[in-house]
Amino acid sequence: MRQSAKKFFTATLSLAALLGALTLLSFPAAAAEGTGSMIEKGKAVAEDRIKGNCLACHVMGDGTLPGNIGPPLIAMKARFPDKDKLRAQIWDATVANPDTIMIPFGRNRVLTEEEIDQVVEYVYTL
Amino acid sequence: MKKLLIASILLGLLGGLAVTAQATPQEDLAELRAYFKNRFPNTPFKDYINGVYSIDPASREEWEEIEEFPPYELSISNGKELFDTPFANGKSYADCFVNGGIGIAERYPFFDSNSGQVITLESAINACREANGEEPLKWQKGPIADISAYMHYTSRGNIINIQVPSDNPAALAAYERGKNHFYAKRGQLNMSCADCHVYNSGNKIRADILSPEIGHTTHFPVYRSSWGELGTLHRRYDGCNKQVRAKPYPSQGEEYRALEYFDTYMSNGLEINGPGARK
Ligand code: HEC
Ligand code: HEC
Repeated sequence: MRQSAKKFFTATLSLAALLGALTLLSFPAAAAEGTGSMIEKGKAVAEDRIKGNCLACHVMGDGTLPGNIGPPLIAMKARFPDKDKLRAQIWDATVANPDTIMIPFGRNRVLTEEEIDQVVEYVYTL
Repeated sequence: MKKLLIASILLGLLGGLAVTAQATPQEDLAELRAYFKNRFPNTPFKDYINGVYSIDPASREEWEEIEEFPPYELSISNGKELFDTPFANGKSYADCFVNGGIGIAERYPFFDSNSGQVITLESAINACREANGEEPLKWQKGPIADISAYMHYTSRGNIINIQVPSDNPAALAAYERGKNHFYAKRGQLNMSCADCHVYNSGNKIRADILSPEIGHTTHFPVYRSSWGELGTLHRRYDGCNKQVRAKPYPSQGEEYRALEYFDTYMSNGLEINGPGARK
């Protein structure tokens, strides 16, 4: 029983991998979808007080003691149908609003490009 | 031709400057008060001396309990003792100040035309020491904070009335320098003092509620629970600069004295209630 479940699992996994590879080939854009570990890393960076510290200002997921300086980060896919716009907001919020208190995370190198990609993936799940 | 062009550009610039008259300190003050009156309609003007507790009834109760057994009491008595102890030359602090230094803290900081400097109470304390052959004290905490606490304590209830003489361009320049420090974005995190203490006052940054700028200086030096001791206003400036990952300026250097000049001017009309206690 156990054995067969495992086999089944492996089979589905490789099927998924195959499908994944196929989709990758046919629709390169799908590569931008976040993988599980990207999202987890993004959550960690976003919540880390000396990195994103987004909770200082935003309600965000299940994060505790959020501030209320910025809008709650909810329904992000609806608000940012274009994921690049979300990334741009996090990279440098002063482009959209020069007076904003939000930190220009990319421009001022508070986060690395990779960390910003991870945060985008996490925030996009909210 | 080229010269003419440059000349006319210069003229244009000058003209522009002349037309867009800078807001006077009086206008800045009126505007900021109106802003806060609108933002916190339930806070009486006099109550701004209580910082964040003037706008947050929830934490106020807890704080009032703390004030019943003030954690700065020992500092006041220690400060009095230091203040009353003569220097090696037989003179004392009382000899350096009007009215023997009692009930005068609300006059600081002021612009001294002779030296062309903003004189803060703490800078005057150390100037007094040096004039009497004593070593200056460290600026941010310890004995200087205690002496300042005692001097503020004797001034409780006195009304702050800082002057920026309009016929003194150097005084105005110091005020403008302080104002600029307050409104300019700074540090890796790119935030101004005003971002937190004007535009987001009353909002929560994580679990902390941001205090309004008006009233910021009235209760210093302050006992902060997170310091576990008394600290001066410039110690707090230092901390708020570091928070946004900006390099802090030296305590009692020209920059923070100018900032204190502007900051205290914005508390004109309020009572001195230092020393105070904060979270
Ligand atoms: C110091 C405060 C502060 C911090 C820290 C902060 N933000 Fe913001 N954020 C704001 C404010 C205020 C706005 C509102 C828009 C503006 O001011 O331009 C905003 C807007 C946004 C928006 C746009 C929301 C919309 O619907 O338009 C997104 C997305 C966002 N922030 C994500 C983040 C992420 C992700 C982080 C952490 C990596 C973060 N913010 C950190 C203050 C902050
Ligand atoms: C990132 C937000 C932030 C910025 C920017 C900031 N502060 Fe603060 N400041 C705080 C917080 C949080 C506190 C503690 C809660 C309170 O009293 O507001 C505080 C407290 C203070 C206090 C003590 C208030 C009291 O009642 O004892 C003073 C004075 C002060 N700040 C001045 C400044 C000045 C001047 C600047 C700019 C150089 C500045 N702050 C920039 C967040 C900030």
